[in-house]
Amino acid sequence: MKYLDEYRDPALAHRLVAEIRRSVTRPWVLMEICGGQTHTLVKYGIEELVGPRIELVHGPGCPVCVTALEIVDKAIVIASIPDVIFVSYGDMLRVPGSHSDLFQIKAAGGDVRIAYSPMDALRLARQNPQRPVIFFAVGFETTAPANATAVWQAKREGLRNFSMLVSHVLVPPAIRLLLDSSANRVQGFIAPGHVCTVMGYEEYEELAARYKVPFVVGGFEPLDLLEAILLLVRQLEEGRAQVENQYVRSVSRSGNEAARRRMMEVFEVVDRNWRGIGPIAQSGYRLRPEYAAFDAERVFGVEAISAPEPPECISALVLQGLKKPVDCPVFGTRCTPSTPMGAPMVSSEGACAAYYRYRRHATPVGAQA
Amino acid sequence: MSGPVQFTCPVPLAVKDRIVLGHGSGGKLSAELLRDVFLPFFRSPILNRLDDQAVLEINGARLAFTTDSFVVKPLFFRGGDIGSLAVHGTVNDLAMGGATPLYLSAGFILEEGLEIETLRRAAESMGRAADAIPIEIVTGDTKVVEKGSGDGLFVNTTGIGLVPEGVRLSPSLVRPGDRVLLSGPIGDHGIAILAEREGIQFSTDLASDCAPLHGLVAAMLAVSFDIRAMRDPTRGGLSSALNEIASRAGVGITIEESAIPVREEVRGACEMLGLDPLYVANEGKLVAFVAPHAAEAVLAAMRRHPLGSDAALIGAVTDTHPGLVLLRTPFGTTRIVDMLPGDQLPRIC
Repeated sequence: MKYLDEYRDPALAHRLVAEIRRSVTRPWVLMEICGGQTHTLVKYGIEELVGPRIELVHGPGCPVCVTALEIVDKAIVIASIPDVIFVSYGDMLRVPGSHSDLFQIKAAGGDVRIAYSPMDALRLARQNPQRPVIFFAVGFETTAPANATAVWQAKREGLRNFSMLVSHVLVPPAIRLLLDSSANRVQGFIAPGHVCTVMGYEEYEELAARYKVPFVVGGFEPLDLLEAILLLVRQLEEGRAQVENQYVRSVSRSGNEAARRRMMEVFEVVDRNWRGIGPIAQSGYRLRPEYAAFDAERVFGVEAISAPEPPECISALVLQGLKKPVDCPVFGTRCTPSTPMGAPMVSSEGACAAYYRYRRHATPVGAQA
Repeated sequence: MSGPVQFTCPVPLAVKDRIVLGHGSGGKLSAELLRDVFLPFFRSPILNRLDDQAVLEINGARLAFTTDSFVVKPLFFRGGDIGSLAVHGTVNDLAMGGATPLYLSAGFILEEGLEIETLRRAAESMGRAADAIPIEIVTGDTKVVEKGSGDGLFVNTTGIGLVPEGVRLSPSLVRPGDRVLLSGPIGDHGIAILAEREGIQFSTDLASDCAPLHGLVAAMLAVSFDIRAMRDPTRGGLSSALNEIASRAGVGITIEESAIPVREEVRGACEMLGLDPLYVANEGKLVAFVAPHAAEAVLAAMRRHPLGSDAALIGAVTDTHPGLVLLRTPFGTTRIVDMLPGDQLPRIC
């Protein structure tokens, strides 16, 4: 397939692997931030390829996984209201709230629909003027411009039956939280390529300078990630802490300014709760007061819902790289993608789910090529 | 901030007490439903084999017997419709047991308000599909439900066929060393259907692979009876078919990613939608487990048949990881190919 096969070429991959192995003189701990990157690393077995001296820690960049329990509970309350059409990205449907998930609401008669774009929800709102249509706006900076545009467009058209349950989170505050922790082991980061496509990477330059930690903006294909690992290893071996851009075919230093203008017109930065992590200051978006009429939390009066998250699993330690998913006593037994106990088992991009799906044979079977 | 970041997690959900769509996906939820709800009450050793068809010995003849219901949306799609699908689906379940298809029943559940012309088109298509095989539709039934109680048109077909002397196909016969043959590119049906559904906007010329496989099976059995088992990887895709065999036979299966044929259009759509072709439905493909000495001849026979012209050797059965299906990537690494817990869900980004 054009534009993809080039980035999955085994011969080129093995050349990069050899170069990485040549460049490494001691152990390094690297973190890929984005769940899409985790998925690729685990799917292609890249950890096996790069050798034991490079440890890859899977970061908190799975938007489905980190969506706060209380937001899922709010979604469930709204989706249960008669006449409501509740529209969501597919992988949010299976995420457990405190007592239920959206699939079960659908099974009980709720009109819950899967969409690929907030524009689909907007279209549903136009087609069903007498029914409230709510879009579940989950995601990092990547999905924010499209969601902002949907609300902006709804306001322009005067669509009174459209609203959005916003649960946007931002990457840099989460990285800051990890780097401020005394237990942090991560020495270099693969920055999320699609977040940076929108945001650019000036924010990461500040982080690199302040914490003396190198960043490489990386793509999502195997060769992207291998090249990003190589660039990180070189920086670490040479004692540099800069931001380098591997994903040049998508990312520029200043990002997509038009998209950011639209986002900032519609959203404002607020404190957000992260599932499995807790509150992080100034780490998300909500709709600006001018767009209050499109804020599903206000429209349906669910702002006050809160949900305590009882400490159950070790996702804390997994997301900091202090433990691997397979180290968890309930991994693959009581905690599976069918019965997720914790955030990283929920979406296929979560670290535990990716391990469960592709790599749980690594320990018991040892069928290593 | 000092000390490790404190992360916490939600408690698991209580046992599900209602049917969700995932129960119909052919994955783990479907298997649980069978195990927990049906099998304890039906108590049949033949049913407990959980083959695609029951093979019954009656007065010396071995009859294959199977039933399937069709709930496809939209009713008419590129490459087929609910009528042809209802014939081919049941014929294929018979064919996977090595049977020659003989007779078919047809049951219709119609929703009040359905246009008769729509029903006529579906019936005409069924008739044409049955004539082409040939299989005779010899009995039927029609029920009408109130508007809102059904989705236009549901079809059930039940088929019987005759298993030729000497033919014995069952997952329990699969042995380490057996070769895994796939009859052609995977994912065509699922992606063709997805492309026509509401809410997903991409256009493709891709057609469903909906086709009857009895002819291909006969061509394979004509060169060797050392075919151990066959499956048509419908809902749940190739991965579910392989996982079923691995767990039923208590063997491991290793497949080569680069050997599995997938059309460019299917790969492209899957990339865009965040799906994996291994889990996408097919309606005209089969996967066969063949004794090593016969694999080459069977593969050649498949390739000579129009429905197997792109057939490929995709892997082998092993004794090293019983119950697991492993896939070797082009990078030389391996990963698990699991059964999905429910429906495959499109990812956010």
